[in-house]
Amino acid sequence: MNLRDVATVFWRDWIVLKRRLTKFIFSRMVAPLLCLTAFGWGIGRNIQLDSGSYLDFIVPGIMALNSMNLGFHSIITVHAERVYHKNLEEYSLSPISAESFLTGKILGAVLKSLISSVIIILCAEIFGANIFLSPNLFLVLILNSIIFAEIGFYAAMKLSSYEEMAQVNTYILLPMSFLCGTFFKTATLPSAVRFLVECLPLTHASQLLRNLTSGGGILFESLLILTAYAAAGFFLSLHALKNCQED
Amino acid sequence: MIEILNLVKKFKSVDKNNQPTFKIAVDNVTLKIRRNEIFGILGPNGAGKTTLIKMLTGQILPTAGKIFYDGKTFEENKTAIKKMLGVVPQHINFDQDLNVGENLELHARLYGMEKIDRRQRIDKLLSYMELADCKNYSVKKLSGGMKRRLLIARALIHRPQILFLDEPTVALDPQVRRKIWALIEELAKGGVTIILTTHYIEEAEKLCQRTAIINGGKLIAVDSPQNFCDRLGKNSLEDVFVELTGRRNSL
Repeated sequence: MNLRDVATVFWRDWIVLKRRLTKFIFSRMVAPLLCLTAFGWGIGRNIQLDSGSYLDFIVPGIMALNSMNLGFHSIITVHAERVYHKNLEEYSLSPISAESFLTGKILGAVLKSLISSVIIILCAEIFGANIFLSPNLFLVLILNSIIFAEIGFYAAMKLSSYEEMAQVNTYILLPMSFLCGTFFKTATLPSAVRFLVECLPLTHASQLLRNLTSGGGILFESLLILTAYAAAGFFLSLHALKNCQED
Repeated sequence: MIEILNLVKKFKSVDKNNQPTFKIAVDNVTLKIRRNEIFGILGPNGAGKTTLIKMLTGQILPTAGKIFYDGKTFEENKTAIKKMLGVVPQHINFDQDLNVGENLELHARLYGMEKIDRRQRIDKLLSYMELADCKNYSVKKLSGGMKRRLLIARALIHRPQILFLDEPTVALDPQVRRKIWALIEELAKGGVTIILTTHYIEEAEKLCQRTAIINGGKLIAVDSPQNFCDRLGKNSLEDVFVELTGRRNSL
């Protein structure tokens, strides 16, 4: 992998984002504001938790959810580049390696995800949530967005139509959004469902973020699981990209 | 020099009974392309021209056979070979989110060009292609002819020694086509080896020093347009093409 080539791929995503930065920031404020209003001020007022307010409980869940969505949706434009515009050829013809291309694309998705996370933190502060900020919090957000960027990239290399890409959202992202400890604790689920849910990366991201935003330390087992997901996702995505270039 | 030895490409397919089978797109092609020549690859639609180009440019792997660039294969010298090649694809494949200048800048960066060099080269090529005023335009706003010229400019940014042009004048009006022909001749005079696929016979006849005729993935014959006509007693390359692709086993 060549860092200069990674920077080139990232540069492309950065100049596109820079041009649309204002629109991007405003569009990223809509979902957290709605969630904070509905679940924090609305439903949250009637929910009592031992650990504090429901608003404090739900903010890390929204952050996990957001970094998942941004990681995934920021990178799936490569699907259109591969299938419809065919400009992925430009990269496969050039001397840059598949590793550099993949890393550059993931970094682009992570940047968007982090900007969006900062917006959520600012909105949550305005809504009166108590959030403890730490470098580890950003480490978990980065790791989570990397995992879902890799899932998005893998799907973009394997699937041939927009409809199939939408199905990834329906069958993978949507169930995780609701079940992985974002809006409620996984402990309340039946044991078999709970076992399955606790195998998923978003559950560990939610748990880690919740622990960190309440002033706790890092949960090493969850961090290890997220790291393993990120590493496996990188190799699978790389394999899919190379196969795609060789077909 | 490019040397192609027994090149084969098979794609997975299904037969009429829905059973897995293979479609042979390029069938045992052996060929030598000399330095600084304009070499044409002529064939009807679906003959295997684009598949051959994709293997020659390293976009797809051959099922069998070897390709040598100055005696080296892609496996031996991938980065250096890729830097030698410029490719003008058949379809318009710009990055739709970047403007004209940014598309060229991205290409120059991908080939590791330094900042000053890439800025100068972009300006020079945009002027050369009469696109200097369009540097900040969205690529979506360019006309068909402008897009073709921009594709050629993009392929030339990193100063390739070998330029592949896959149907470069398809769907263009005669004026633009002639402009691109003049450009190709000028590039060849400047020392660039040109490999051109086309199904416009007059294009191959006008530009190419030698032409390979391909049909059904097989290489049928290679010669200069004049020698083809002399050998087969025909008046034009078009007559030669019809003769060879219609009766491929006659040679």
